[in-house]
Amino acid sequence: MASITTSTSIDPAEVILGGRGHLDHGSADFSARLRRSRLGLIVGLTGIVMIFVSYSSAYVVRKGLPTLDPETGTLVHDWLSLQLPNFLLVNTLVLLVSTVTMELARRQAAREVLASGNSAVATTTRTETQGMPWLAVTGILGLSFLAGQWLVWRELAASGFYVSTSPSSSFFYLLTGTHGIHLLGGILALLAVSAASLLRQTAESRAVAVDITAWYWHFMTFLWVYILCLLEFAH
Amino acid sequence: MATGEFAAHAAHAHAGPTSWIRKYVFSLDHKVIGMQYYFLALTAVFVGMILSLLMRIHLIWPDATLPLLGEIKPETYLSLLTMHGTIMVFFVLTTAPQGGFGNYFLPIQIGAPDMAFPVLNMLSFWVTALAFIVMIAAFFVVGGAPLHGWTGYPPLSALQSSGPGEGLGADLWVISIALFCIGALMSALNFITTTLDMRAKGMTMMRMPLTCWAWFITAILGLLAFGVLLSAGILLLLDRNAGTSFFVPLVTINGQLAGHKGGSPLLWQHLFWFFGHPEVYIAILPAMGLCSQLLSVFSRKPIFGYKAMVYAMLSIGFLGFMVWGHHMFMSGMSPYTAFAFSIMTMAIGVPSAIKTFNWLGTIWRGRIRFTSPMLFALGFVSLFVSGGISGPFLAQPVLDIQLHDTYFVVGHFHLIMGVASIFGIFAATYYWFPKMYGRMMNENLARWHFFISLIGTYAIFMPMHYLGMAGHLRRYSQLTELNYLHGLVPLQTFMTYAAFVTIAGQFIFLFNLFWSMKFGKKASDNPWEATTLEWTTATPPPHDNFGGHMPVVNNGPYEYSVPGEARDFVMQTDPALVKGH
Repeated sequence: MASITTSTSIDPAEVILGGRGHLDHGSADFSARLRRSRLGLIVGLTGIVMIFVSYSSAYVVRKGLPTLDPETGTLVHDWLSLQLPNFLLVNTLVLLVSTVTMELARRQAAREVLASGNSAVATTTRTETQGMPWLAVTGILGLSFLAGQWLVWRELAASGFYVSTSPSSSFFYLLTGTHGIHLLGGILALLAVSAASLLRQTAESRAVAVDITAWYWHFMTFLWVYILCLLEFAH
Repeated sequence: MATGEFAAHAAHAHAGPTSWIRKYVFSLDHKVIGMQYYFLALTAVFVGMILSLLMRIHLIWPDATLPLLGEIKPETYLSLLTMHGTIMVFFVLTTAPQGGFGNYFLPIQIGAPDMAFPVLNMLSFWVTALAFIVMIAAFFVVGGAPLHGWTGYPPLSALQSSGPGEGLGADLWVISIALFCIGALMSALNFITTTLDMRAKGMTMMRMPLTCWAWFITAILGLLAFGVLLSAGILLLLDRNAGTSFFVPLVTINGQLAGHKGGSPLLWQHLFWFFGHPEVYIAILPAMGLCSQLLSVFSRKPIFGYKAMVYAMLSIGFLGFMVWGHHMFMSGMSPYTAFAFSIMTMAIGVPSAIKTFNWLGTIWRGRIRFTSPMLFALGFVSLFVSGGISGPFLAQPVLDIQLHDTYFVVGHFHLIMGVASIFGIFAATYYWFPKMYGRMMNENLARWHFFISLIGTYAIFMPMHYLGMAGHLRRYSQLTELNYLHGLVPLQTFMTYAAFVTIAGQFIFLFNLFWSMKFGKKASDNPWEATTLEWTTATPPPHDNFGGHMPVVNNGPYEYSVPGEARDFVMQTDPALVKGH
């Protein structure tokens, strides 16, 4: 595992100083594809970060804005403090566990590449997955998280907090919803990876797909922790 | 050499298309996708141009009844204005230089067989095309197209009942913009990864043509900017349809409370302009890169100050994110904040001036070949300077209070962002057409097109500065009921006639484009005697760009008139020049 991580890391000096001339053959093929995919993922995640940076700045600005009360003619704050449902902690725990299982899946896929010899060009078919089906476990945990979020939404609605009730509830639904959609994208990626294994993709292809899905998943976990902190500490 | 490199390439590239659908519609080939973007932009530019013509007709003949449209009402005028701006900014200025030419030539110029993620590339285009269809659909729904301007300021844009076109038409507008953002983000991802990871052996970053630098920096701007616009669009959709109050304060319409409270229209302006100002550079940077390239090629001289050009573009990109507040001087912002934005804005004049003087330095004492691409490149520099010089005026808060929302601003941004970028697109078309289609475009027609476009552009947009200084606000649909504007009617009339002529000139280009595809003179592989990698491969380039082998780069992109060399240009793939030679 360690050797894979070393060989696929992105060297900024190499990026700046010279073209690599497409090291797309043999063992270098896996390395190059993994590096390229990770680079693409980092760039893509930057775009997602900008979405949440925008939401965060809007959150902070909107929270501080007063509004005119037409009845009294005075400026008041319409931001109602939102008591976060305790069930969010359960959801958070589920997501944290899922990121661990995703990491186990990533390492498992990397081990399969090492076991396959990592030499022939796109000819090694995947053998039966050894050990726990970590990808499936991750998918189930991800779906559980989304189901848990749905329950939280139901709980909030039952207590009178709808999307338009207060800017605080608007932002709650917005942030959790946008995160949920992104996590759903991760679950679809897991399905795609599973389908790839059924389609007898090479161990290398599968490992690359699992690797970037895993890093995406880790990022979604980190993002959720950030959102939770924002909602909790700036409510 | 070829065997190993062919194997390397074969392992990377996707298979060639086998069916018509996969070859021309859902193609993974960056060249086809580039052309798809280009023709989407070409369609869009003619739609946008016709809208502008209708506006100009209405301004001087307000009672005219037009075929199909009938009488243009004030709200119709605002719809035309909104759709003209939106279509031009997003589907022309953002789409053609980056999506079109960037897609086609970035991989070839860096020596790659394709973009890093071909499927994503295809998706980028089709999402953008869908966005265009949704945008056009806004014309045909109840209420028609929105009237809130391309900047979509709330509360006008956020309330369904705020005017005709602000119902379903405005929803479609927001959805289209959101889709466009998604397409642009996917595209930016591809451009950045391709540039960093797909360069041929020997193609260091500092050996890349300035076109590639421009596309790369533009992609970074797009990555950081479009996510913010996407977020703002989602908030706007929620305000419009879910009863939230992100942007809408306590407002009444016809005496009735609109049902919102506490939102901030300024929040939209901040988010929008955080995207909107970098968008200006997204539109203009590719043209800057291209014109740098062309001035060097057709002056037969190395570019003057290659590194300075790169750092200037990076500086422009960086500073572009620091200046959005200069669009909001009238919003009541603190004078200290305005001062900071003003200083940062004027600082952009430094890298812009570096580029301008480097362009002049490049052509200085060169053996200039006045080909059609060169003419448009020179026209670009002219427009960039003419439009840019009014920037520091508008960057002064105290002057902007007078000039804000007047025709002065319209003249400024049309010259520097609009037509300058379009001249870049024209230059690119004339320059790369031989590589794309294997034939030359007609030079005589191109010259007619150039002179009509250049003179026409100045005739339309220069007077706008005077209108603005006279206090003519930009969104008035009629001049007849405002006494102080009566004296300006002759100038407006002149501009409309100039628009007629200029637009007629564009049909020369359109004819030349399609006529030359079939009847143009056959082009050699390197008709301009240029040095970059696209001129080392066959015309048109094969599916894998280099016909089974990957180029190895030994020289910089602008080795012209090298002393001691037999030819006056040295290809990037030629044996390495000896230093000090």
